[in-house]
Amino acid sequence: MSSASNAYFTNVFIMNDIPEVIRTIPLNYYLYFSTALFCIGIIGVLTRRNAIIIFMCIELMLNSVNLLLTAFSSYRSDPNGQIFVFFIMAVAAAEVAVGLAIIVMIYRNVRSTDINILNKLKW
Amino acid sequence: MTGNFFYFLTFLTLFAAIGVVVSKNPVYSVLFMILTFFALTGHYILLNAQFLAAVNFIVYMGAIMVLFLFVIMFLNMREDTEQHKPVLSKIAAAIAGGILFVVMIAALKDVNTQMTTTAVFDSQIGMVENLGKVLFRDYLLPFELASVLFLAAMAGAVMLGKREPGEQNRF
Repeated sequence: MSSASNAYFTNVFIMNDIPEVIRTIPLNYYLYFSTALFCIGIIGVLTRRNAIIIFMCIELMLNSVNLLLTAFSSYRSDPNGQIFVFFIMAVAAAEVAVGLAIIVMIYRNVRSTDINILNKLKW
Repeated sequence: MTGNFFYFLTFLTLFAAIGVVVSKNPVYSVLFMILTFFALTGHYILLNAQFLAAVNFIVYMGAIMVLFLFVIMFLNMREDTEQHKPVLSKIAAAIAGGILFVVMIAALKDVNTQMTTTAVFDSQIGMVENLGKVLFRDYLLPFELASVLFLAAMAGAVMLGKREPGEQNRF
């Protein structure tokens, strides 16, 4: 066990039961990792013009948040966070179905998924 | 050993996420996205959240990504179909995202993530059995409401995807 993560579990009685990643990896690493993934998603939303790619980048951002919730839940040994992740996944599945239906409908009407054509709602 | 695996999965996830953003062909983007979700499933397994790993594997990689792939192949997108933003606005977007990353890291750098007082650490909370008990005891109403949401989403998707009566069959 590394000395850096020793401070996390000062009051824990059962030490050998803890998963190894929780003992060796500080929770801050998950924070940084999720932030990086979220920012990659934001850059994708800002740089691309294809609506489907933008949609996938939004999924990327959702997943970074999911991972962080799971990490907090596992490090704190609290199942409520993982239940929340489950509900986020359920809502994301419904959102993808409706969003892709909207994109297909837009493609059928204007023969393109370029978001710059659809700027009537911009102002 | 597990630490090395964590770093490997982290770099794999970030690499695949960057691949989603920069690849020109939308099909490659979807394939990179599947790689991202695969690495995230590995992260869930490392965190001992096996139920979420299974759900992520089945729902995201199995259902959602196949739906994306279907739509991209259905719309017959190729590399040359997407018009690109001007280079200046791309650079501006990358700088804005990078600045957000730097600000978030600066804000989260000194955050104190120490455990307060955990008397007993239960490593089995992510198993299907324990999560199912919590889900059906404490979160029964949201679980049932999720089914209503799915019904509404299904009806909405069918309504949106259906052809109008006078619409001609164009493809």
